[in-house]
Amino acid sequence: MKFNSLFPRLALMSALCSTSVYAADVIKIGEVGSMTGAQATFGISTHQGIELAIKEQNAKGGIKGKKIELVSVDDQGKPEEAATATTKLITQDKVSAVLGEVASSLSLAMAPIAQQNKVPMVTPSSTNPKVTEVGDYIFRVCFIDPFQGTVMAKFAFENLKVKKVAILRDMKSDYSVGLSDFFAESFKKLGGEIVVDQSYSAGEVDFNAQITSIKAKKPEAIFVPGYYTEVGLIAKQARQQGIKVPLLGGDGWDSEKLTEIGGKHLNNGFFSNHYSQDDKSPAVQGFISAYKAQYSKVPDGLAAMGYDAAKVLFAAMEKAKTLANKDVRDELAKTKDFQAVTGKITIDDKRNASKPAVVLEVKDKKFVYKTTVNPI
Amino acid sequence: MAEFLQHIINGLSQGGTYALIALGYTMVFGILQLINFAHGEVYMIGAFVGYYSSKFFGEELSQFWMSLAGKMAEDGQTLIPTFASSLLTAMTIILIAMLVCACIGFLVERFAYRPLRSAPRINLLITAVGVSLLFQYSGQLFFGSDPKAYPDLFSDLDVWTFGSEEESLVINPIQVTVLTSSIILMLILRHVIFHTRLGRAMRAVSFNHDLASLMGIPTNLIVSATFMMGSALAGAAGVMVGLTYPKVEPLMGSMPGLKAFCAAVLGGIGNVTGAVLGSFILGLAEALLSGYAMPTYRDALAFGVLIVILLVKPSGILGVHRTEKV
Repeated sequence: MKFNSLFPRLALMSALCSTSVYAADVIKIGEVGSMTGAQATFGISTHQGIELAIKEQNAKGGIKGKKIELVSVDDQGKPEEAATATTKLITQDKVSAVLGEVASSLSLAMAPIAQQNKVPMVTPSSTNPKVTEVGDYIFRVCFIDPFQGTVMAKFAFENLKVKKVAILRDMKSDYSVGLSDFFAESFKKLGGEIVVDQSYSAGEVDFNAQITSIKAKKPEAIFVPGYYTEVGLIAKQARQQGIKVPLLGGDGWDSEKLTEIGGKHLNNGFFSNHYSQDDKSPAVQGFISAYKAQYSKVPDGLAAMGYDAAKVLFAAMEKAKTLANKDVRDELAKTKDFQAVTGKITIDDKRNASKPAVVLEVKDKKFVYKTTVNPI
Repeated sequence: MAEFLQHIINGLSQGGTYALIALGYTMVFGILQLINFAHGEVYMIGAFVGYYSSKFFGEELSQFWMSLAGKMAEDGQTLIPTFASSLLTAMTIILIAMLVCACIGFLVERFAYRPLRSAPRINLLITAVGVSLLFQYSGQLFFGSDPKAYPDLFSDLDVWTFGSEEESLVINPIQVTVLTSSIILMLILRHVIFHTRLGRAMRAVSFNHDLASLMGIPTNLIVSATFMMGSALAGAAGVMVGLTYPKVEPLMGSMPGLKAFCAAVLGGIGNVTGAVLGSFILGLAEALLSGYAMPTYRDALAFGVLIVILLVKPSGILGVHRTEKV
C-alpha cells in the first residue's frame, strides 16, 4: 500500500459514500493484512486469495444480488497497526465482516475490537487457540496449534522414528511459543524426549549461540516453529555448524522466501501445512489453475486459506436471513462439511475449523507432499 | 569443551560485525563529538547497495574475475580460481557500497549537520535521530519492507571443520574475513589518524574547531572527509553482514547500530582501538549469555553494559577522561 494510491482511493470512497443508493448495493468486507513488513509474503498471498474469491463470487452475481467490495488495510506486521486498522474498518468503512490476519499475535490484537463491535471476524490462518477464545464473533478456517503440534510430533516419532528432539522457538510470537508447547506435550506423550528447549527473538540474524548449545545435546531432529524469515537463516547456520538431522516446523514456513534465504540448507526439512499443491482433487486443481491465470504463479498455503476464509464467509452470508451481523455470525457457526480448497471445513463449538493437515518435505527448493493427517 | 570453544568463535565473529559499525561511529564522535545515530542506517543502505549491485551485475562481475583468475591459474599461479573470483567479486561490490555510502555520508553532513554546527549539541543529536528515521522509512518506501534474500556469492565455499564428527569446531570463512577486515581497517584508521597530514588535521579539528580554522586548516573539508570515511566503513560492514546473514531489510540497521554504539562507549568512544575491543567484548558476552543462559536477553545485555559503563567508568575501557570544554 503506497501513499500515492491512498489519496485517490480516499477521494473515491468519499464520493461513493455520498451516493447512498450505491452504498446499499454493495457489501463491504474489510481485510487486515501484512502487505509490507517482515512477513509480507503472508499478507500478499492471503490478499490475492481473497481477491480471487471475491472476483468469482461477483461473477456469480454477488450475494443476495449485491456486489462485494473489499476494503484492505496494511498493518505492516505490527499488532498496534492491526488494531487501528480494525477500528477504522468497522467504525469508518462500516464493513459487514473482517477477514484477517495470518500471524496469531496480529489476530489477537484485532479480535477484541471485532468482538466489542459485534462484527464477525474470520481469520484465514491464525492457528493459536487463544484467537477464537476472545469471543463468539471470532472464527477461523484453519486447524489450531494443538493439532498442528500433534501432527508434527507424530510425524517425527512414527515416520522419522526419532526419539530425541531439540526445540528452538521464537519468544516474540504467540504462534511459535504455543506450537512449541503443544509439540513438546504430544511428543513426550508418545514416549519421546525433548533434549533442549532454546529460544530466540524474531528480527535477530545470528543464531549460532543457540545452535551450538543444541548441537552439544546431539538431538535427532530439531523443531523450529518460527516464521520463514528466521527459519531460513537458522537452517543455514545449523547446516554450517554440521547439524545434519531433520528440521521440523509448522505452517509459518510456507513462503517461497524460505528457500530463497535458506537455499539448499533446508533440505531434510519437514513442515505441517494446510494444503499441498500436489493434491489431485478437483477443488485444489481448479483453485490452482484459477489462481495461476490471475497472478501467474502457484498459490502457497496462505493464498488457499485466504480464498477459503472468504468462501466460508460468503456461504454464510448467502444462507443468512439478513445481512445483519448477528445472522451472519449464527450461520458461520453452523458451517458444516464445507468443501474448501484446504479440505472439508466444519466449524466446531469453539469456532475452530476441524480439518486435515498435510506434511510437506523441502527438497531442492520445492515443497513435496509427504503425508496427510486427519483430525482426531 | 568443543561447545565452549564454538561459543567463543561465534562471539568473536559477532564482535567483528559490531566492530565494523562501531569504527565509523567512534571516528565521527572522536572528531566532532557528535553521536551520529544515522550511522546504523548508512550501514543498512550499504547492505542494500550491495544487494542490488550483486543482483544486477554480480554475474558479469564474477565472470570477469573468473576469466581473469582462470588466466592467472593457467600462467602457473597457485590461485584457486572460484574462490579468488568470488572474493574479488565481493570486494568489488564492497567498494561500490563504500563509494555510495561515502556520498551519502557527505550529503548528510552537508545538509543536515553543517547548518547546525554552531547550534547547541542537543539540536544536532535530535537531527541525527531525525535523519536516522528518515532513512528507515524512506528505505521502506524505496526498497519495500519485506526482507530480501542476499545473493550467495560464496555458494561453493564450505565451512572449515576441525575435530571429529562428534566434537567438531566450525569456522565460517566469511566470518573470518569479517573479523580480519575489521582489524585491518582499525589499523588503517589508526595509521591515518596518527601518522598522516589528514589525520593531524582531523585531530586538530577535534581539539579545537575554531582554532584549527585560524591555523589554515580547511575544517569543512576535514569534517566532510571524516564523515565520508566513517560512512564508507558502515557501507563495507553492510555488505559483509549481508553476506554472512543473507537477509536484508530496511530496519536492519537500528539494532546493530545501537549495539555498536554501546560497544564504542564500552571501549571508550572516540577511540578506534577501544571500539574494536568493546565490540569483541560485547560479542563474546552475547554469545556466552545466549548460549548458556538466557538467549532472549541478548539485546538487553548490550544496554545493560552501557548503563553499567556509564555509571562506573563513563570514559570507557580505553578512553581518556577529557575535561568538559565550555
